[in-house]
Amino acid sequence: MVPVTYYLVLSAILFTIGVAAFIFKRNIITIFMSIELMLNAVNLSFVAFANMYQNLNGQIFVFFVMVVAAAEAAVGLAIIISVFRTRETLNVDRVNLLKL
Amino acid sequence: MIHQILFFIFAAICVAGALNLLLQKHPINSALSLIVVMGSLALLYLLLGAQFVAAIQIIVYAGAIMVLFVFVIMLLNAGVEEDTHGSRIAVYFGVPAVAGLVGMVLYVLLQSSHIDYQVQLGAFAKPTKDVAMLLFRDFLLPFEVTSVLVLIAIMGAVVLARREP
Repeated sequence: MVPVTYYLVLSAILFTIGVAAFIFKRNIITIFMSIELMLNAVNLSFVAFANMYQNLNGQIFVFFVMVVAAAEAAVGLAIIISVFRTRETLNVDRVNLLKL
Repeated sequence: MIHQILFFIFAAICVAGALNLLLQKHPINSALSLIVVMGSLALLYLLLGAQFVAAIQIIVYAGAIMVLFVFVIMLLNAGVEEDTHGSRIAVYFGVPAVAGLVGMVLYVLLQSSHIDYQVQLGAFAKPTKDVAMLLFRDFLLPFEVTSVLVLIAIMGAVVLARREP
């Protein structure tokens, strides 16, 4: 028996680490991966609450979050490739114009 | 007892992998530690009785999305990230922001201590058939909308990544 609060605390820890990585990292691919980490942390909360309320709707929401994350990863990585092709860098500090 | 042992082992692996993502300088190391986080999250989903979510966590996240990330890292030949002036500004403003977020989350969790629900292993074992019934009957319209979303994402990725003629 594990209190559901433990799962929520773990989710909060993972989300905070994701926010920290989003702020501190300079590589655009790593920043993108920290967004995925935050999405995963929220998914853990959804599944924990689905267990708590004995309701499957939380798991359906996790499914939709995963679909959106997959679409976002495909488009985002295409944008990264496009940026790298024109700017020749992955450092977000060197991509400081609002154009490619 | 076995539930607690498994939870603490895989929670520790999760947090260690996430911290490794934060501390590593090379993006391929960050990507591999993120795969570790996703794998151990799949086992936590199994502990919470979500077999379908655990399976698609492995297949979609650790299988498809992270392969895409690793592929792009190798395609662009990404190296060790450099320490520019902007990253020091990010540290000065980011540390108070993260500390504030941690404080806020801990405050909310301590306020919600009236939630004393205990997760029992196997107490919430809805079969995948129930998930399918919900997904293809009650959530049919959102499900169909996601197919349009994925189609648009495919077209967007092709247009964005195409080499300019």
